[in-house]
Amino acid sequence: MNQKYLFGFAAALLMMVFVIATLVHNTEKGERLDDMVTQNRSALVRDHSPTLGAADARVHIVEFLDPACETCRSFYPFVKQMMAAAPGRIRVIVRYAPFHDGSDQLVKMLEAARMQGKFWETLEAMFASQPNWAAHHNPQPDLVWNYLDGVGLDMAKLKADMASSAVEAAVRQDLEDARALNVTKTPEFFVNGRPMPSFGYEQLQNLVQDELKAAY
Amino acid sequence: MSTQANPLPTAGWTPVFLCWLIAAGSMLGALFLGEVMGLPPCVLCWWQRIAMFPLVLILPAGMFPLDRKVLRYALPLALVGWLVALFHLLLVAGVIPERIQPCSRGVSCKEVQIEWFGFVTIPMLSLLAFSLIIGLLLLAKHRMSK
Repeated sequence: MNQKYLFGFAAALLMMVFVIATLVHNTEKGERLDDMVTQNRSALVRDHSPTLGAADARVHIVEFLDPACETCRSFYPFVKQMMAAAPGRIRVIVRYAPFHDGSDQLVKMLEAARMQGKFWETLEAMFASQPNWAAHHNPQPDLVWNYLDGVGLDMAKLKADMASSAVEAAVRQDLEDARALNVTKTPEFFVNGRPMPSFGYEQLQNLVQDELKAAY
Repeated sequence: MSTQANPLPTAGWTPVFLCWLIAAGSMLGALFLGEVMGLPPCVLCWWQRIAMFPLVLILPAGMFPLDRKVLRYALPLALVGWLVALFHLLLVAGVIPERIQPCSRGVSCKEVQIEWFGFVTIPMLSLLAFSLIIGLLLLAKHRMSK
């Protein structure tokens, strides 16, 4: 009998240590993250970054995304819904985080499309057709061209721009900023500079609600 | 503890219990490093987890009631884990040349992600844990066969 109590006590103790260590770690990590973002505020937005929403909106959502990322695709309409629910108060800024193999081609395509003023149309076309060209985390950038017809891009110019040093520099800058802000997974959001405490729709929504309440 | 008062049916229980403590501690430690701190486990780490995690569940099966055959199902896991941990340690130490390391994608097994007190690494802790488990299992067998 004693052995069972001893075993149960030890199991409970181990679990407790684990839970406490996790809580302590997460608290410290949250503080470190806030510090890091404060120090790297300039890394959140760059001049080339595509934005959507009113210029005077007081809640800025910076989203690091990868067009080949399935979770980014499912977050896209969610972010749009939040914008629609608070018209004129939310501004979205997209940063490139090409973490999948082959994604660098895709974000170059996006950046080149941005130069033609077609960033959002191209991004939406990519997300809409994503299951056809990026099934099972295996993106095939060559297939994406087939789905861009309706966007109205100047394809010759797009291809030339993709190879340009300006596009290369923009993508490199975003990757550097992602590293500075410790973005390792996509999508990653910063709402007025604050990262999500943990990953999830609800956490993002709460963060946005907090900032909306504070700003308006 | 009443092992002294009633020695026959419980002889050898304590070493098995200590094995379980080590295995459970190792598992929670590995989960903490991987899931909480976000350090991605390399391929060799996964093989060691495959040997360590089941011990946490099957050792109690050999403790309640105490099963004299606990060695038969616990020792193979511990031995396999010990061998992988030894390989991993030698790889990190550079004794085994890098070109034969089995992992090429993801996290390199040679990369030292944690170094406590300047010399304690994750594969070292793993080898230590498996060694203790093997030693304690043998001690349990010795006590039970008395």
